[in-house]
Amino acid sequence: MTEHTVRSFSQDLEELSGDLARMGGLAEDMLSDAIQAIASRDLALAETVVARDPQIDNLEVEVEKKILRLLALRQPLARDLRQTISALKIASELERIGDLAKSIAKRVKLIDTIEPSTALKGVARMGRLVTAQLKRVLDAYTALETDAASKVWARDEEVDEHYQSLFREVVTYMIEDPRTISACAHLLFVAKNLERIGDHCTNIAEEIHFLVTGEQLPVERPKVDALNRN
Amino acid sequence: MSRMDPMPALHVKSPAQMAGKAPTATSKVSARAVSVFYGDKQALFDVSLEMPERSVTALIGPSGCGKSTFLRSINRMNDTIPKCRVTGEIVIDGQDINASTVDPVLLRAQVGMVFQKPNPFPKSIFDNVAYGVRLHGLAASKTEMQAIVETSLRKAGLWDEVKDRLSAPGMSLSGGQQQRLVIARAIAVNPEIILMDEPCSALDPIATAKVEELIDELKNNYCIIIVTHSMAQAARVSQQTAFFHLGKLIETGPTETIFTNPKNSRTQDYITGRFG
Repeated sequence: MTEHTVRSFSQDLEELSGDLARMGGLAEDMLSDAIQAIASRDLALAETVVARDPQIDNLEVEVEKKILRLLALRQPLARDLRQTISALKIASELERIGDLAKSIAKRVKLIDTIEPSTALKGVARMGRLVTAQLKRVLDAYTALETDAASKVWARDEEVDEHYQSLFREVVTYMIEDPRTISACAHLLFVAKNLERIGDHCTNIAEEIHFLVTGEQLPVERPKVDALNRN
Repeated sequence: MSRMDPMPALHVKSPAQMAGKAPTATSKVSARAVSVFYGDKQALFDVSLEMPERSVTALIGPSGCGKSTFLRSINRMNDTIPKCRVTGEIVIDGQDINASTVDPVLLRAQVGMVFQKPNPFPKSIFDNVAYGVRLHGLAASKTEMQAIVETSLRKAGLWDEVKDRLSAPGMSLSGGQQQRLVIARAIAVNPEIILMDEPCSALDPIATAKVEELIDELKNNYCIIIVTHSMAQAARVSQQTAFFHLGKLIETGPTETIFTNPKNSRTQDYITGRFG
């Protein structure tokens, strides 16, 4: 896209993209480190994840201030307006992802009674899937590729399926050995948090689609059988 | 009320109508393949646009894009320019205004115009507003004339400022007041269509807001077509926006769509301030 006649306007918008890229990078690192910490029960790593959360919160506040200023001083229109509004919404999605990653990291010390089990491996696998979703959607945002964004949006079904099967699996463990109930409950929260992060990724994908095309994606995502045909 | 006689309706279908481009039921003004030439130079290329009644259509585009030329063709103001030639049709209520039976003076009473620079007559404030009313014999008595002048000045947001000095010269008012006086003058003859060419470019924000409020009110009864360089103004006052560039109509649509999701990249570039 060509530059604005008033170049400082373009600079403002670029700065905003830069801030969002930084937020995205932080969220991605926090998430993959939180999953790593769960899988390897690395308490020290988990603590660094918790410690990083304020950075992402501060960036969100910064982005909000900049957007308020941009709206008041530049009155963006058309695609500029869509870019500004979607930046505001994506920033809040990323902030939520940071919170959920922090919540996962906080549970590392609460699940150390679980033997390294298939359940833990299942969580790690789901975590990798969600991390990949986040990475893809952030790449799609940087490149403004709606096709890539739509793929992320459609693949959330896979995350949901993972969550369903993990849920059944963990419940089975609790039935087999009631001593693990407390730890398994925390594991379920971890899985739920990952599922929520998947949802935030689809929200970001929807924002990318809106930014680029000016149209909303349909409210309902495609169903499982529609996906299996691909 | 003694209004001008309605113009005789056309009984022969125009080529545009034959081609299935009949205006929609709510269309007040239909431009059909309008081209305007100044001598050898073509200023407007094949513009077709439906302008609905009881609504505001904003014409936007960079200087020299043809939007004012188009506006001026709606009340045959281009007739006054030597060597200016208009082709295509401008149809108001089913009548081609360029037909030989149409009297341009009566047409201009029906289609009022407000210009960029206020142009009050060298007369009193009262007479400025009363002038057109008198010319077209729209007031039966002195009382009625006074009522029309007051109503028009009130609608133009000027009454409170001038009610004690109606006999003062119109030229003695400030620029913003003069513009509202001219708008009062246009409203006084009760036109059906009001053309505005950058009506607020010389006004302060308060006066601009008053004119915009006036436009909003007038649109309940009239078809308003406004040329503006202020994107924000087009967004605020209009329901339909048409974007012109290099004499061509590039894109038209509901104002909301044009300002949030224009389809054409040139529209996009213009309204986001990217035009080179």
